[in-house]
Amino acid sequence: MQKITRDQLITKAVELLSNGTVSAVLGWKKGEFDYDITPAVFTTEEEINNGFVYNDFCGANFSKYLVAKTKKLEGKILVFLKPCDSYSFNQLLTEHRFDREKVYAVGIGCEGMADVVKLKNKVDGIVSIDYNDDGMYVDTLYDGTVKVDYAEVMAERCINCKSKKCVAYDELLGEDGEVIDSARFDEVASLEAMTPDERFAFWQGELSRCIRCNACRDACPACTCEKCVFDNPGSGVENKAPVTSFEEQMFHIIRAFHVAGRCTDCGECSRVCPQNIPLHLLNRKFIKDMNECYGEYQAGAEVGSRAPLVDYTEGDLEPGEVFERGENDA
Amino acid sequence: MRKLSLDNLNKFFAAVAESKTIYLPVDQKDGSAKYAKWAEGTEWSNALNTVRSPKDLFFPQTEDLMEFKTEGKNIEIIDIRKESEDFVIFGVRACDVKSFEVLDRVFLSEPVDSFYASRREHAIIVALACTRPSETCFCTTFGIDATEPAGDVSAWKTDSALYLKANTEKGEAFLKSIEALTEDADTAEVDAQKTKTAEIMKKLPLADLTTDAFGGGKTEELWNNPVWDEMSQTCLGCGTCTFVCPTCQCYDIKDFNTGNGVIRYRCWDSCMYSEFTRMAHGNNRLSQKERFRQRFMHKLVYYPENNEGLFSCVGCGRCLAKCPISMNIVKVMKKIGGDK
Ligand code: SF4
Ligand code: SF4
Ligand code: SF4
Ligand code: SF4
Ligand code: SF4
Repeated sequence: MQKITRDQLITKAVELLSNGTVSAVLGWKKGEFDYDITPAVFTTEEEINNGFVYNDFCGANFSKYLVAKTKKLEGKILVFLKPCDSYSFNQLLTEHRFDREKVYAVGIGCEGMADVVKLKNKVDGIVSIDYNDDGMYVDTLYDGTVKVDYAEVMAERCINCKSKKCVAYDELLGEDGEVIDSARFDEVASLEAMTPDERFAFWQGELSRCIRCNACRDACPACTCEKCVFDNPGSGVENKAPVTSFEEQMFHIIRAFHVAGRCTDCGECSRVCPQNIPLHLLNRKFIKDMNECYGEYQAGAEVGSRAPLVDYTEGDLEPGEVFERGENDA
Repeated sequence: MRKLSLDNLNKFFAAVAESKTIYLPVDQKDGSAKYAKWAEGTEWSNALNTVRSPKDLFFPQTEDLMEFKTEGKNIEIIDIRKESEDFVIFGVRACDVKSFEVLDRVFLSEPVDSFYASRREHAIIVALACTRPSETCFCTTFGIDATEPAGDVSAWKTDSALYLKANTEKGEAFLKSIEALTEDADTAEVDAQKTKTAEIMKKLPLADLTTDAFGGGKTEELWNNPVWDEMSQTCLGCGTCTFVCPTCQCYDIKDFNTGNGVIRYRCWDSCMYSEFTRMAHGNNRLSQKERFRQRFMHKLVYYPENNEGLFSCVGCGRCLAKCPISMNIVKVMKKIGGDK
């Protein structure tokens, strides 16, 4: 359960709106069943009081919305940043994707968000959810009220949270946390331990479910090209559907390479995938490799840092050594 | 009505599979379900519904239409259509059965889409009544009875048996072909199940959702509604909603250069995409608001206007479950309908 409450956020939002600091608020809007929360732009106190919510299903990362919203809106926009969102925020600033002056950022601590897929796999027919200290009390169509522990339904990315520290804000609500020595590379390591054939089969199995809806790309805060190469009829690789499974894999591999070094490991790609494909593992592998080859680097930890792939230092791995690593893997 | 003991289920699948391909919902590794070909050992999923709808079997995501080969100045046009063979889609829910009617009105009206028509003709649909609808189901809003699904054959699954009833000639022939495995049965168990499910349907959270604010002739009234601005604010334009939707029907036709010829194929398209219906002057819907409006106006206004009031949403709830920002047709209907 979140320590930060809806009331705290509403008070802050109303205060900043009424004193003129901001003219709009990016926030979470309540849905039909308590878990189906929609990111929304609020511009009046009334809208906020009626629709603003904050709970364990507020996983959506708002940073990317700033690219479009800061261009469109007059005045400043208030954004609430969970620790992982704040890394995306910094990375976007590093890439000059929005005007920092047009944003008022409030950092908020986070206890880990719930994964609605995990919840639905446990409980059928969710009518509403109550959040208590000892767990969620889910009112259901078939089994009365079911108690679910927060830990049971915590999102994978939150179980393996890399940092509880907000790295960007104008103001912080609650206490700041620390960078965590997480176990996030364990799953990558188990993939590395596979034989190339097993690994190929693993990815083929996962990616074969892809319906090429592009949600992973559209939600990714590192994917901010104005015109994605896959949407551009002039690019020669534009396609709305994969013709072959090879092409499908190409889409994911190209996207993974394009965000390499810029991916903050925010986990949005896997969260939004309707087919539950663990896409974040692709870039987590890159992050692990970069850490091992070029020294620890976390995209978005600060504004203006140079990613290892676009930087040169004398200690860098020689191309031959990289080649050998690949040989050993094969 | 005929009755098949669940002990004979695999024999039944095997018997059907001897002469026809049979597709049925099976579990995927991530816990969700999809339609797949039955083969010895395939387990029928218990899931309420599949992530991708069975429309794929009539209107696949990609499909080759024809091939051109060039030699010097000659162009040869090759028909690469594969003859459809009879196949069975087993376990289709009432909402998805209704979606075929929505698609039929598009693909089977002049000019008839022969690719789609051929698959439709060769398909036998065995529909399955629901017993445990999800909170996201709202088929009743569109007058669909989940306890009495249409299709060539309607089926009801109880703890011990599968009850089968033919609705069409095709369905009768199908039941005849598996007669040896089934026995005559009365409708008592099925009736009891229907009553029970109907009670649940009434209690669903979306049971009172109505289409009152929508229908043909509403274009002018709804076009400039501020709701479109407000609700499209955070839409990612990803098209997930259109790709999982059983009634979304838009496609694009493209040419693929093979080096010594061209393959013309079609693939699903989405009104949520920036490249949708691109014309010489560009796209006629420049903002996400316009694209967003198109999707809902099409389902709730334009389509019924051209199809005697039939809506092109069947209340399956897929878009409710899968939109990454949890925006969906129910929220739009409630907002415009004045419910919230
Ligand atoms: S979100 Fe999932 S299904 Fe959609 S394109 Fe990405 S990987 Fe494929
Ligand atoms: S690739 Fe995935 S984890 Fe990395 S920044 Fe994009 S959405 Fe986040
Ligand atoms: S409504 Fe949802 S699923 Fe559809 S395009 Fe927008 S964000 Fe994607
Ligand atoms: S709009 Fe949504 S609920 Fe309606 S048929 Fe399509 S996916 Fe199902
Ligand atoms: S929408 Fe109706 S028919 Fe479809 S799965 Fe749900 S209850 Fe069954």
